[in-house]
Formats: sequence, structure tokens, C-alpha cells
Amino acid sequence: MRSDARSNRASWPTRLGALFGLAFLNLPVLVIILYAFTTDDRTYAFPLPGVTLHWFEAALARSDIWAAMRLSLGVAALATLFAIILGTLTALALARSRFWGREAITFVLILPIALPGIVTGIALLAAIKAAHVDPGFWTIVAGHTTFCTVIVYNNVVARLRRMPHNWIEASMDLGADGAQTFRYIVLPQMATALLAGGMLAFALSFDEIIVTLFTAGHDETLPIWFFNELFRPRERPITNVVAVIVMAVTLLPILLAYYLTRPAEEQT
Amino acid sequence: MTAAIEFRDVSRVYGDVRAVDHVSLQIGSGEFFAMLGPSGSGKTTCLRLVAGFDIPDNGYILLDGKDVTGLPPYERDVNTVFQDYALFPHMSVLENVAYGLRVRKVARVEQQRRAMEMLELVKLGALAQRRPSQLSGGQRQRVSLARALINRPRVLLLDEPLGALDLKLREEMQIELKNLQRQLAITFVFVTHDQGEALSMADRVAVFNHGRLEQLDSPRTLYTRPATEFVARFVGSANVAGRELARQLTGIAQPFAVRAEKIRIQPASRPPAPGAIHCDGKLVDIQYHGATSRCHVQLAGGEMFAASVSHQADLEHTAIGAPVTLHWSADDAVPLVGDSG
Repeated sequence: MRSDARSNRASWPTRLGALFGLAFLNLPVLVIILYAFTTDDRTYAFPLPGVTLHWFEAALARSDIWAAMRLSLGVAALATLFAIILGTLTALALARSRFWGREAITFVLILPIALPGIVTGIALLAAIKAAHVDPGFWTIVAGHTTFCTVIVYNNVVARLRRMPHNWIEASMDLGADGAQTFRYIVLPQMATALLAGGMLAFALSFDEIIVTLFTAGHDETLPIWFFNELFRPRERPITNVVAVIVMAVTLLPILLAYYLTRPAEEQT
Repeated sequence: MTAAIEFRDVSRVYGDVRAVDHVSLQIGSGEFFAMLGPSGSGKTTCLRLVAGFDIPDNGYILLDGKDVTGLPPYERDVNTVFQDYALFPHMSVLENVAYGLRVRKVARVEQQRRAMEMLELVKLGALAQRRPSQLSGGQRQRVSLARALINRPRVLLLDEPLGALDLKLREEMQIELKNLQRQLAITFVFVTHDQGEALSMADRVAVFNHGRLEQLDSPRTLYTRPATEFVARFVGSANVAGRELARQLTGIAQPFAVRAEKIRIQPASRPPAPGAIHCDGKLVDIQYHGATSRCHVQLAGGEMFAASVSHQADLEHTAIGAPVTLHWSADDAVPLVGDSG
């Protein structure tokens, strides 16, 4: 029918609006990419005075960039790992059981993400000082694990609550103990939720700056490196080069997760 | 001989609700046993107590004479067919059926062979590689059955096994379940709210109401000699005369039940047969059921009685709204225990 065919196409104001929205979201990113190739090292002059790959070469030679990158990747990987363990265990404990104080525990659990990062940061710094621990790699990991755990917990608990309880009963009925039921039934069911939660936790940790400032000591994660670099007047395009590399690296796992979670959605 | 399942004074309380209230019963080995009752009567809780999904607050549950009251489900020689089948969506049909062997660490080849055997038994061999989501309701039911039987349990529990199937499929499955039970000689315990299903399939039926066991008897006894008003009404919806009506009709204040097919109906103008119990009323409605018609009659005191009429000639001189006389033989009135007002 004619009206059906027409309703499948957006009207031109809608399309214009969508285009504007896309441009608004992504133009700044294009600017970053563009100025990674400029020959001007101080200002964002447009049009570009010239195009060069010099800054890629310069970035590769700077050991501080790669140290910051390694630190950020290491912190994100470990914080995600701990978050997956803690978040999953908490979700398993809280998804089904009803007990006195359950709501209170849930509330306290999501607090690190509900509170402003600056509060979490100060709290962690105070705790680190009180415990006489030197700020460094492990304090950053601990700090990031707080909010990463919440992310994983939220993803996993939502999935567990949607899972019919009689799958677990059926598994136990057929002779599987708790560990076997977890391995064969619960884990496959929450795998995609874990993947999504883990990816999100990793991304959050990778670009976190506020909590990191309070817990880092002298170590420089990539976001702190960016932040410090803004105060240096020279070689400005190097930050753009690093941003482009970071984008390229993070885009891969995002596409991968998208690809991996798709068939699972179709199954249900 | 020890019973396959025994309940000894079992109770299960949720807050203020006594879901199962001091139930004692025995289920024989190889029996096809039905637990019948309306929703919330405690029949499903009883099944869950046997499976081990729930633990009683009081009393003991014995399987083959062994106390299993506190044992987890995986340590009981009992398997369950769930109401909504509870198939694992991330596994193929074959993997679902083989699951019970897989968790018992049976060799992989053996797993496959026995799972295929089971699938053949329920006539689903051709669909082994499908996912549960690609099956129809009836096929899922069979997979669930095959999965529950693979460990060769002593007892198979079925929770409303036919509830989700349409009428034709349900009748087929009834026959198939009976055949399967005879073939395997396993004790089957099934929970249902459908009295027709319980009467036609089971060797014995336990009728539950408000967590209590009302009556445990063969289908025939249950139908012809209901012990309580609840059973009389729930099984085959008998007409129940309360204390007051019974006194008016028979002179004795003893509540009784009488089946619709035992009641004859005739125009009020004709005199009733001698020796029969009779009462007057007004014909309110006639429901046509093919072989029989069900006449709803309002008695003088306001009670509704139903008479089942198989000869259409009996209805020739009666119209809706007409005064009629109901009569039945005193032998067909079954005295009931319990307070019926």
C-alpha cells in the first residue's frame, strides 16, 4: 500500500535533523584526525598550511607516550579482570536471594558510580594515606576497580534476573551440582553480558582521569599524559596523533563485541 | 514392600500461607499417580518437595524408604518434566537430552548413543541437531521428557505436563505417557488441575485443597464415592446438598452429593416415581454437549442443581423458565463429611 511505502521513509526534516545530529557528534573527532597531519605545531589554523606524517614519526620516538599507554592498558586490563570477578560474584549473590539489607547492599554497591568522581578520588586518597600505602600502579587499579565492578554487576545482574530460575532447577534435577550448573548453564547464559560489561569497564578505566589523579602518585596514565601535554606549547599535533591511535585501537574491540553479541540476541 | 515415595506429616509454610499442611501419603512403585487440585492447593509444592527444589518445614520425605528430606536435587534419584519444559536454549536438542549423562561424566560416545536412543523413544530422532527455539510446543514436551528419562530415574515427576498443549495434542500425549510408563515401569507422579486428565490417566489420585490432602483413592472411587464436598464439586462437579437442604429433602441433616447424570428431570405436572428423592425447581439453562445436555435448575431455596440428560425426548415438554421436578434414587446420594453449612 502507498501509505506503508511512504511511512518507511523518513521525511526530509527528520533526515536533516539526523544528519545534523551525526555531524554534531562526530565533527570534533574529524577535527582531531585532521590536525594530526598538519605542519603547523602551535595553532589550529584552517585550512591546513601543509600536510605531513612527521608527527607520527615524532610520537613513535617519544618513550613517555608508550609508557603511559602501557600503564593505561595494564590498569584497564587488571581493573576489568577484578571487576569481572567481584561484579559477577556479587550479581550471583544478589540476583535471586531475598534477605534483610539486600537493598542497602545494592545501594552501597552502586555508590562509587553515583557519587561524583572527585568524592571517590578524595576518599581513596584518604584511605591510601591512612593505610600508609605508596600511591602507584596498584592504587590506580584499586581505584578503577571500584566503578568497574558496578558496571559489570549491573550488566550481569540484569541478565541473571531475566534468566528463568527453572533452568537452574532443571540442571540440578538432572544431577549437576552447583559448580557444574554454573559452568554449563549460568556462565553460557551470561557470557555476552560479561563481555559487554567487561568492554564498558575497560573503556571507562582507559579514559578515567579524576579518580586516577588522586590515586596515581607520579605515574602517568594516558589521560593524564594528554592533560599534561595541553600545557606544553610545542608539538601540539602529537596529542592528535596519539588520539588517532587510541581511536583505532578501541574501535577494534567495539566492532568485535558488536559482532560477537549479535547471534546471541537472535537466539532468544 | 516399601513405597517409592512417602510423605510423613509434611508441612511447608510461606509466611502466613500453609502451602502444604500436614500431608501424609504413600506412592507405590510403578504407580501412575496424580496430584489434583486447583491452583494454590499445594500440589505443585508437594512435587517440588519430592524433587528437592524446596525443603519442608516439618515432616519427612522418603524415597524407597530412605530419608531424603534435606538432600539437594542432584542427590535424588528423581527427575522432573517442567511445566514450561525448561529446555536449555544454548544447547541443541541432543545436548539437552544428553545433559544428565554429561554431568555424570559418562563417556562422550556413550552420551550420544543413549541420547539418540531416548530421542528415538519419543520419536524425535530426526530433530537431534535443532535448537529448542526451532521446535513446536509438543516437540519441546517430548524433548523435556527424553531429557528427564535419560538417567533412568526411579520416579518421574511431571508438573502440569499437558497444560500448554492444544486439545488434540493433549489427548495424544495422554495415551503416549501411559504407554511410556508401562514400557519403562517407572513411577510417574503428575500434577494437574484438570480432573478429566487425572481420572483418565492415573491409577490413583490425591486431591488437594488449601494445602491439605482431601482424599486419596482410585479415580472410580473418587468419582462415585467422594468423601468431602470439595472433592464432590471439584471432581466431575457433582451437585451438593448442604445440611439444611438435605434435611428438607431426606429428613436427615447429613450433607450429600449426587452426580448430574444420576438426576432425572421431568415437567412439574407429572408425579415423581415412588421411593425417589425429589425436589422442585425452575429450568434456567440448557447446555448442549452432543451426547448429553446439561440442564441447570434453580431450586426453591435458590441452590443450583445440574441434571445431565442423554435422551433428548426427556426435554420435549420443558422449556427454559418452566417449572420442573428433579428426582434421583436414594442410593445415588453420597453422604459427605465436613461442614457444608
